[in-house]
Amino acid sequence: MIRVVLPQHLRRLARVDGEVRLDLEGRATQRAVLDALEARYPMLRGTIRDHVTHRRRPYLRFFACRQDLSNEAPDAPLPDAVSAGTEPFLVVGAMAGG
Amino acid sequence: MSRVRVLVGTRKGAFVLEADGTRRRWDVRGPLFGGWEIHHLKGSPADPDRLWAAQGTSWFGQLVQRSDDGGTTWEPVGNRFDYDGVPGTHLWYDGTPHPWEFARVWHLEPSPTDPDTVWAGVEDAALFRSTDGGRTWRELRGLRTHESAAAWQPGAGGMCLHTILLDPRDARRLIVAISAAGAFRSDDGGAGWRPVNRGLRSDGIPDPTAPVGHCVHRIAMHRSRPDVLFMQKHWDVMRSDDGGESWREISGNLPSDFGFPIDVHAHEPDTVYVVPLKSDSERYPPEGRLRVYRSRTGGDDWEPLGTGLPQRDCWVNVLRDAMAVDSLDSCGIYFGTTGGQVYVSPDAGDTWTAIVRDLPAVLSVEVQTLP
Repeated sequence: MIRVVLPQHLRRLARVDGEVRLDLEGRATQRAVLDALEARYPMLRGTIRDHVTHRRRPYLRFFACRQDLSNEAPDAPLPDAVSAGTEPFLVVGAMAGG
Repeated sequence: MSRVRVLVGTRKGAFVLEADGTRRRWDVRGPLFGGWEIHHLKGSPADPDRLWAAQGTSWFGQLVQRSDDGGTTWEPVGNRFDYDGVPGTHLWYDGTPHPWEFARVWHLEPSPTDPDTVWAGVEDAALFRSTDGGRTWRELRGLRTHESAAAWQPGAGGMCLHTILLDPRDARRLIVAISAAGAFRSDDGGAGWRPVNRGLRSDGIPDPTAPVGHCVHRIAMHRSRPDVLFMQKHWDVMRSDDGGESWREISGNLPSDFGFPIDVHAHEPDTVYVVPLKSDSERYPPEGRLRVYRSRTGGDDWEPLGTGLPQRDCWVNVLRDAMAVDSLDSCGIYFGTTGGQVYVSPDAGDTWTAIVRDLPAVLSVEVQTLP
């Protein structure tokens, strides 16, 4: 079970409270997590990564276990603590205002 | 008694303002989609309970929302706007080639006859259409692949397709406008396009009378007379009597002919409204006095309308999609400002009152006249 924390705007869009919990088959990677997330919440398609290229949107970052995983390869394994569900995978919007 | 529903898109959400036909007491709902930029909201003429909203932020990209109950509940629909084929390049601000990239939806234009059909004008400039209630969007590629497109350049706000006019006589005829490429017309339902900019003159481009390259801000049409078009260009207010084949200037006695919105009275096809701004480098009302100008003669002769509007220390802007008219017997005129005010005139512009004063910056205003 993978725990995913979304920014407030995306929680509201997906109509979820708190963390999202996903059951993955196979290795936990960024791609696997985002595929599972978008499969359960289709309204999130295009909001975290590009529809076609699947490239992360520029104002979003991926953090976990106090590390910035944003530029890791999409198929690289996530930290064991994320795979085990003891630490969440964080989707974070850049802090910028106006 | 009839009532009106005003749909307001702002930088931080959408608002729905409703009143009966007197337009004196208003019910204000919102913010809907709080914190999101709502570039445009519009209702379907074929089913007034069906509303469309273009929602987005730089963080999370573009969404489209649809309501089937007049704005009480909303559902996200398709948000995939893929250019048809390899999109190629247009010119960037510095004059170098720049890849065509989808940025946002600027304008949604619902079909007058089919609630499931809606057109979307987007940045970088292209025209999309959905015929399945917004689930999927398909580009009408003939516009973006016009032979002039590689030379199109963005206006300051981006290279946006912001105006979509559907001819009520003939579903095959469409007119769109792009900043800063100009006006284009299709006579075959959107497959083929040609520029319709003859008579426009723009001093900011190398050839001031070039067929394309003009920063058209807005075009308005009265549905009883679709060949007559009124245009607010970057500078100049223009008129065409032949469906855009040729244009002539009608700025007349306006204090400035720079501005963004233009609209036409619901029952008087020669009564036109603009909101002059001092200049393109000072985008606020002349003398700090917010005044709508009305021509009852189809242009050239304009009168200022400021009763009820701030007449000192007012430095707001009124954006291109932020003016609308209702179709009650006494035509109501509405506009929103970057200062967050939405004004109504229930008497065709003679007097104005603020419906709301403190919204986020207003990007768009549309009105539905309901039974």
